[in-house]
Formats: sequence, C-alpha cells, structure tokens
Amino acid sequence: MNAIQNALQSAGPQAAQIEQLWWLTLAVCAIAFVPTLGALLWSLWRAPRATEATPADTAIVSQPERRTRSVVVSAVVISGIGLAFLLLASVRTDHALAQLPLEDALNIQVTGHRWWWDIQYDDPDPSKIFSTANEIYIPVGRPVVITLLSDDVIHSLWVPNLHGKKDLIPGQTATMQIRADKAGTYRGQCAEFCGLQHAFMAFTVTALPAADFDAWRAAQLEPAAQPTDEKAKRGEQLFTSGSCMMCHAIQGTTANARMAPNLTHVASRRTLAAGTVANTPQNLAAWITDPQKIKPGVNMPAHHLPGGDLDALVTYLGTLK
Amino acid sequence: MTTNKRLSSSPAGRIPGNVTPGGALDVSGLPSYAFGPRSLMWWGTLGVIAIEATVFAMMVATYFYLRSQAPGWPLGVQPPLLVWGTVNTLILLASVVPNHFTKHAAESHDLAGVRLGMCLCILFALAFLVVRIFEFRSLNVAWDANAYGSAVWTLLGLHTVHLVTDFADSLVLAVLMFTGPLEGRRFVDVAENAMYWDFVVFAWLPIYAVIYWAPRF
Amino acid sequence: MTRRSQASVKRTAPAAGAAALLEQTWRDPPGLVGWLSAINHKSIGRRFIVSAFGFFVAGGLLAATMRLQLARPDNHLVGPDLYNQIFTLHGTTMMFLFAVPVMQAMAVYLVPLMIGARSTAFPRMTAYAFWMYLFGGLMIFAAFLLGMGPDAGWFSYVPLAGPDYGPGKRNDFWAQLITFTEVSGLLISIDIITTVLRLRAPGMTFARIPLFVWAMLVTAFMIIFAMPAVMLGSTMLIMDRLVSTHFFNYAEGGDVLLWQHLFWFFGHPEVYFIFIPGLGFMSAIIATFARRPVFGYPAMVMSIMATSFLAFGLWVHHMFATNVPELGKAFFTAMSMMIAVPTATQIFCWIATLATGRVNFRTPLLFVLGFFFILVIGGLTGLMLGSVPIDLQVHDTYFVVAHLHYVLIGGAVFPLFGAWYYWFPKITGRMMDERLGKWNFWLFFAGFNVAFYPMHHLGLAGMPRRVYTYPADMGWGPLNLLSTVGAVTIAVSVLLFIVNAVRSRRHGAIATDNPWGASSLEWAAASPPAAYNFLAPPVVGGREPLWEASKDVGAPTYVTGLALDVREALATTPLDARPDHRYIFPQPSIWPFVSAVATTIMFIASIFSPWAIVWGSLLVAVPVTAWFWPKRAETEKHLALEKRP
Repeated sequence: MNAIQNALQSAGPQAAQIEQLWWLTLAVCAIAFVPTLGALLWSLWRAPRATEATPADTAIVSQPERRTRSVVVSAVVISGIGLAFLLLASVRTDHALAQLPLEDALNIQVTGHRWWWDIQYDDPDPSKIFSTANEIYIPVGRPVVITLLSDDVIHSLWVPNLHGKKDLIPGQTATMQIRADKAGTYRGQCAEFCGLQHAFMAFTVTALPAADFDAWRAAQLEPAAQPTDEKAKRGEQLFTSGSCMMCHAIQGTTANARMAPNLTHVASRRTLAAGTVANTPQNLAAWITDPQKIKPGVNMPAHHLPGGDLDALVTYLGTLK
Repeated sequence: MTTNKRLSSSPAGRIPGNVTPGGALDVSGLPSYAFGPRSLMWWGTLGVIAIEATVFAMMVATYFYLRSQAPGWPLGVQPPLLVWGTVNTLILLASVVPNHFTKHAAESHDLAGVRLGMCLCILFALAFLVVRIFEFRSLNVAWDANAYGSAVWTLLGLHTVHLVTDFADSLVLAVLMFTGPLEGRRFVDVAENAMYWDFVVFAWLPIYAVIYWAPRF
Repeated sequence: MTRRSQASVKRTAPAAGAAALLEQTWRDPPGLVGWLSAINHKSIGRRFIVSAFGFFVAGGLLAATMRLQLARPDNHLVGPDLYNQIFTLHGTTMMFLFAVPVMQAMAVYLVPLMIGARSTAFPRMTAYAFWMYLFGGLMIFAAFLLGMGPDAGWFSYVPLAGPDYGPGKRNDFWAQLITFTEVSGLLISIDIITTVLRLRAPGMTFARIPLFVWAMLVTAFMIIFAMPAVMLGSTMLIMDRLVSTHFFNYAEGGDVLLWQHLFWFFGHPEVYFIFIPGLGFMSAIIATFARRPVFGYPAMVMSIMATSFLAFGLWVHHMFATNVPELGKAFFTAMSMMIAVPTATQIFCWIATLATGRVNFRTPLLFVLGFFFILVIGGLTGLMLGSVPIDLQVHDTYFVVAHLHYVLIGGAVFPLFGAWYYWFPKITGRMMDERLGKWNFWLFFAGFNVAFYPMHHLGLAGMPRRVYTYPADMGWGPLNLLSTVGAVTIAVSVLLFIVNAVRSRRHGAIATDNPWGASSLEWAAASPPAAYNFLAPPVVGGREPLWEASKDVGAPTYVTGLALDVREALATTPLDARPDHRYIFPQPSIWPFVSAVATTIMFIASIFSPWAIVWGSLLVAVPVTAWFWPKRAETEKHLALEKRP
C-alpha cells in the first residue's frame, strides 16, 4: 500500500491526532467485539442441542432469570461506559484539532473546479499573490490556513497524511488548518463525487524546509521565462494568439484568463490534468491535441495543430519552469 | 335492523397449537361499522394526516432555513398582499361549520342532513378554491424569481393540492349520497372526510402565518 | 337505511363446507384480470417479495460489474459515464427498490398471519402501493437501459444533480423514482399501522404482540415521519430542474446544503427502516431455534422504540465534512454513540436467549449467527464514523463502503435470508434443502467478508468512493482484486439460493403447519395458508400462543359468527384487542392496478412537463373514483349483515 495518501502515515499534528484517536477507538472496539462474539460462541458451544420437536421452555420467562438479567444489564452498562469514553475521546480530539497554533500562518485559497484545483497564495501585499494549479507547496513546521471555495459543484479536499477532509461547497466558504512536520510529497484526491472525472481530480501537497519553500515561492512570483530560441518563441506566439489564452494564464504574457489552470510554471509540475498523466512532452502533446482521449468530459477542447506548431507549443511550455 | 345471524357452529379446523379447545367467541352481534377512532378508516385518515402534516412541517422548516441563510427577507420583494389570504382564512374557518354539521348528521344516520351538508361544503370549497387563485396572484413574487419565491409558491401550492383533493373527495362522496348505493358505512366515510377537512383547514393556520405574516417581521 | 337485503348469508354449514366457502370468498379471482385484481395480502406479499428479490439480483449484477471494473488498476472494462450510472443505479436499487420494500413485503405477508387476522386493513391500497413500486422500478431500469440512467449517485447531491450540471432527464428519473417509492412506502406503512392496531386477534394485548410485529409497527411509524423529507426534497429537485425554482441555487437565495439536510433527515432513518425489520427476524428465528421465548421482552420492545426515536437525531453525521457548526457536529456524535445502546441491549438479550436455551442448528439460525459477526463489526465501525475527527479521514472512502455493507448485509440481508429459509415452508408448503442452505450460508458469509473487509484498509489507505478506476502506483490493486473475488463468491451463493428456492418449490419436502415447532400464530395456519388464513380466527391468551395454554382462564379460544360468503373480519380495540366491530373488506378489484397505471403515466409525463400534473390528476381521478365507488350487489350483501353501532 502507498504511504503518500494514507491516513495512518501522519506527517503533521492534525493527522496525528486523528490517527491516535483511531487506534484508541479500534482498541476499545476490539475489546467490545471479542467478548461479545466470545460469549456467543461459548453459548452455542455449551447449549444443549435441540430439534424442532424439542419442547419449548416457556416456564423460564415466568421465573425472574436474575442471573441472566444481571449479566445482560452489566454488559449494557459496560457498553455505555465504553461509549461515553469514546465520546469523550472524540470530543477531546475535536478540541485539539481546533487548537493548532496559527501564528505566522501561510494563507492559501483553493477553488475546486471540475476537475482541477486552483490554488492561490494570498498575501497582504497584492503584488505577492500568485496562482498555481494542482500542486500545493508548504513550508515544514509552519501552519497553513486553507480557504476552500468551489466554482461549480461540491468537491472535497483530502490529503490524508496531513488532515481529514473538508468539502468545498459552492456559495459557501470553508477553512482548513494544517501543518506538515515532516518534509515530503503527499497525495490527495477529491473526495466528494463531482461528476465524470471525479476519479482523476488529484493533487499533491509538498512540504519543504523553510528555505526551500521561500526559494520556491520566489520562483513562483517570477513571471514566465522569456523564450530565447526560435521554436519556443513561435510556441509563445501560438499560445497568446490562439485559443489557449482564452482560458489559461501565463504571467508575463498577455494571457490572463482564470478559467483553467495557471500555466506560468507548468513545466515544474509532476503531472498533467490533476494527476492523470505524468508531465512529459509526449503526454503534453497528446493532451493538447485531444484532452478528451485522456480525460473525457473535461472543459478543454481538442486542438489539432499542424505538427510543427504542436512541437513549438510543447517546447515553449517546456521552458516554463 | 338486524338479520338473524347464524353461526358457523362447528369449531373444527385450525385451533392454535396445543391449546385445549375452549369456547367460541361469537362476534355476530357486534356492529358492522363504527364511527370515530373505532373505525379503521379513521386510522387510515389519521395516517394520511400525519404524513401531510410532516410534509407541511418540513416545508415550513425549509422556509425558515432559507431565511436564516439569506441576507434579507423576503429576498428583495414585497411580502404578499394580506387581503386575499385573510379572506380565504375566514372562508376556511367558516367552512368548519357546515363540515361539522355534516359530520354530526352522518353520525346520526341523517341522510337528508348529510346531503344538505355536503352541498354546503362543496359551495365553500368552490369559494376557497377561487379565492386561492387570487392568493397566488397577489404573492408579489414569481416562483422562479428566487428561493423565497420558490418556497412561498411551494408552501401555498402544497396546501392547494390538499384543497383540491378535499374538494374532489367531497364531491364524489356528495354525489354518492344522492345516487347510492348506500349502506351504514358510507356515513363513516362522510364522517372521516370531515376529519380530513378539519385538518386541511387547521393546517392552513400556521401556513397562513408563515406566508403572510412571517415576512413582515 | 331501511332496505332489507334478500341476499342470503350462509347460515349453518358443516365444517368442510365452511372451509370451501371461505376459500371461495377470500381467494383471488381467476384469469389474468383476476391476477391483476388480486388484493389478498398473501398474493400481494408474494409478488412483492419476488419483485424485491428481482431488484436485489439486478442491483447485485450492477455491483458485480463495478467490482469487475475495479479489480485491476487503470481498467477499461467500463468507462466513467457508464460506471457513474451503474453505481448510482446500484445504490438506488438496493436502497429504494430492494431493502426497504422487501421488509414491507414480508410484513404484508406475515403480519396478518402473526396477529391472527385474515387481511391487512386496506388491501386495495396495498395492491396499489405494490404496483406503484413495481412501475417505478421498471421506469428507472428502462431509463438506464435507454442510456438515460441517473448518474449523480443514489443520494443525488446538488448542484451536481441540479439543472446546471445534470443535463437531460437522467436525474429527473431518479427524483421521480423517489416519488414512486415514497408513495408506495407511505401507503403500506399506513396499512401496517392500522392492521397492527386494529386487526389483532382478541386477547393479543400490546404485551403479547410478537417482536417481529413490533418491529414492523415501529418501522411503519418511522417511515411516516421520515419519508416526507425526501419526497419534498426530490420534488424541489425536479422543480429546480423543470420549472426553474431556486431551492438549491445559491445565486438566488437557495442553499446547496438544504438538499443534504432534507435527504439525510430521511436517509438516516431509512437505514433503520431496513435494520429494524431485520431485528424483528432475529427475534422470531432465535426464539424458535433456541426453544425458548426471547429473553427480556420489555427491554427488546423498548430498544426498538428507542432506536427508532434516536434514528431521527443522527442525520448530520453524514455531513461532518461540510461547514455546519462544529458544536452541532458534537451533538450528533453523541447521538450516534447513544443509538448503539439499544442495539447492544438487543444483542445481549439474544445471546442470553441462546445461552439459556437449547439450540437447533438449522439454516435460518446460521444466517442469524452471521448477523452477530457481521453486524457487530459494522456497528463498531459505525461508532468510528460517528466520531467527527475519524469521520473526516474516512468519510467518502471505501471505509464507509465497508461499514455500510457490514451493517446492511449483516444487519438486514443475513436475517432476511434466514427469514426466507424460515418462512419458505409457510409460504410455499415445502421445505428448502438444508444442505444447499448450509452451502448458501457459508459461501455468502465467506464471500461477504472477503469482498468487504479489505475495503476498511483501502479507505484508510486513501481510496475514495465513486471512482471508476485508480492508478496502479497507489497499491490498491491487490485488495481490490481480492474484494472482487469475494463479490463473485457472493454471486455464487445467491445463485445457490435461487436454485434451492426454485427446486424446493417443486420438489422440496412437504411442510407441516409448524415444521420448526415455532410459537407464533402464523404457524397455526396451513402451509401454505388457505386464502382465509384461519378457519376459526384464534383468540390469544399469551405471548407464545402455540407453546403454552391460554393465560386467560375461562376465555374463549376462537372466534365464530363471521360471515362465510363475504370478506368479513373482526376489528379489535388498539390496546387490549377486545372485539369491537365486524369489518367487511373490499372485494378484489382491477381499479388499484389501473390507478397505478394512471399515476405512473402522470408521474412519468411530469418529468417532461409540469402540465402533466394537471391533466394527469384528472386521468388518475377516474380509476380512483371507480376504486371507491360501491357496487350495488355488494352493498346489498353488506346490508344483510349490517348492524348499527
């Protein structure tokens, strides 16, 4: 089994609290299950055998059946105590989850779309706000407050190594607080059925040491690299004069639309189409040519470009690190 | 009027289990129908009332839930005009009179009284159905304008469905009371119809309050 | 009413003649029209059970297709659109067309027999309700086969199912199916409540009502108060889609979560409509195969009632991942934990019954034992899901799929299969094969656990629900393959059941009236029962009428004085079951069937146009009026028996 989208491989305090509650609850449940089934099996083993003809014992109900009653009552009382204990543990964990210290929190806004994640890094200084898609980067050890919005239907952000899920509900704003204490890349997936390609709406959360995160962020704030070679220049021209710019943005060019993933640093992403395929030139070419073949139902139409043009476009996009 | 009843006198056949054959319980002398909670129809009608009351309660809850999520209420429109709703409330309350007259006539096996009462009830039903049209027209919002409009139209519409079915039930029963074939049980049907009529009238009161008065506070 | 009837009532008759006459009076009319006109509760019950089983098999085939698709990562057996329709229809079929209706069907068949009655209270209405259910089910499958199947999940969340993101009529068919099944369920519930409260055999006081009958009574009450929420919600959904209302459109003051509240306010009690009858089966079967009454009758009854009340206070636990207020969520955690107490009480009482009884290990009991293992696990994972923090991790993952199948299959389907083996002799007059039964049980038990246990691990390991495929490098492949193997095993076990049932129907050992030596009244009737159930309707003197002599010293033991040539029965008082009056049931009639056809036309047409409600109502009014309108000849017969109160 994987370790990167796993609720029992917690990499931060929220998931760790939940994991702890999970093991405790599992233990209590096992303690309830074993004696109950044991009592049943023991009763069956011990009870005399009968057939349909064996006379039924109706006299037994006119007796007080004291011993049986005290056993049953004790069992119910013990179960009640166990339930109260679980309730207490659950409420305490609830409380702990709400107590994540939020000083110096990083603020991110995630908007769910069918079927990709729009990620905006907020900042009090508007010139330091930037957008990316499908890959979230956070600094290790620092709290992150994620604001959750939806552009269309209900989605759910779930990165189990870090926290439980929260729904992105159109018309409403929700928040989630997480912190990663271990560096690494954790995978998440949309966890509320959102239509045709719900199965392919994945994302990653990469936790970097503070210095690396700052470097990443600085790089993200940079506009797109200017193409130097002819093919890439041609690619840029195709991008900004064709239909691409009607949906996608590349900072530093005239392309400024927000209906589709921001492509300013697309070459630095590991996957395309929200985790559907690896980010390779071949996959990118296939995606541009006909996204419906890879992820049928997406909003992006096919673009059957002549071979040279396609090559140029892919080359250009490959420079956008 | 009792016909001589003879019993299937033999106790032969299935007697439960190993119980020693005991005496027979002769029920032939019991009445063949009964009014009020003694009748099965009363329980059936009560079941329908419970369901419909729950539907109304859920719709009222929906109204207030939407209101709790809204920045203002009603959503940018005027509340409904009071006049037609209030007139209809009065007509509905007044209809309780012929309704109960009919019920008592039925329970007294008074066929002439039942016939008269049902005709009066039908007249009241026509009146409140006509006024209901005016109510819809004076709601001051379309059902497709916003969620408030949708909620108000649905609330009024649900009650209207009950007015229509009440009218239809009563009409069919009224005709039957004139044409026959009649037996004692038909009086029970009339009495239970009266109970349903009461429900339709009294369920209206909180709905009236919600549609017409709640947006004014 | 002074007319005296010339119609004669059969007066004295020898016993044999009485039986023949009663049979003629109560049986279904002959021919195709007769079959469509039938209202005898056993006829309706049988076809209802068979229909529900048919939907179970259909739902199972849909599940098998899903499991085949998920058996390997990146599989292409079924694409996303078809998969989404399949899982939607699987859930919808199992919940709306199988699990709830089959329990109602069993009640329609068994309850009158268990309370010593000859019919349910409103047999024509129940016939209508059955046809509505069947037609609704046929509609949704027709839509699916025509490529118009709903695809937004069995819970149909908005905005996905709304006008903006659910184009075409797919989700309208779903919403209208709800209307069909809710009308059916609600009408049957009224029938069951009235039957249990007014038609019990004299002497069957509340304290003497069999536990299965209690379970169905409580379930019927729950249905009445829970189903309206989803009726209203699905109507709002159709209206949003058809006539542009804005209930769920946040841009015009609507609310997306309104749907979830309305749906789950119904949806959580719904699982108890399925579970509580299962509890009723458990009590009936355990008593018989432990050769003693269930321990703790008052506690058992109060547990069923407590469960039914608490069930209404849990619904937000389906919404823990939304942004409803946190304090509210904690309340629902507490309620979700609390509901375990009455169920635990019942479980301990049953174990006590088995521990102090003498055990007959036949197939019905095996299925009951399956409940203990499977349902208890499901209940414990339910406690986990009731905790908000844990739920936030495992909600909408395969962990929940595991949980829900453990509770529904363990808590309801295993007892149901046990019930079928138990009551098959009563319904058909033949015993099912024990050896095939044991194979059926063990294959089902093993197959179930192999299919569903791994899903707990898959959920914790990150696999969400409702995904048509998954990447190979997530490592979910092996457990999914194992689960599919389990699913195939379940299919084989169900096939064994079908083979057993079909063969036993023709060649099974002839059953006596009471082959299991059970205690409740249905076992006093013949196997299968005569059309009139009991020649001499019983008077009850205790909780276990076939096991002990009457506790009412000197009381009569059977009822006489009811007509033989008219469908006359005895209505008793609600609490003490004292004889109250004689009630004449309606004759078989084609009008419930025709009314159901007319209503179906109205409901389906209203998917396409709101005006269908108007002309459709007129269309429905005609057969419904004919249904009620008395016949002259029948009225004459009634007048001959009439006595004023």
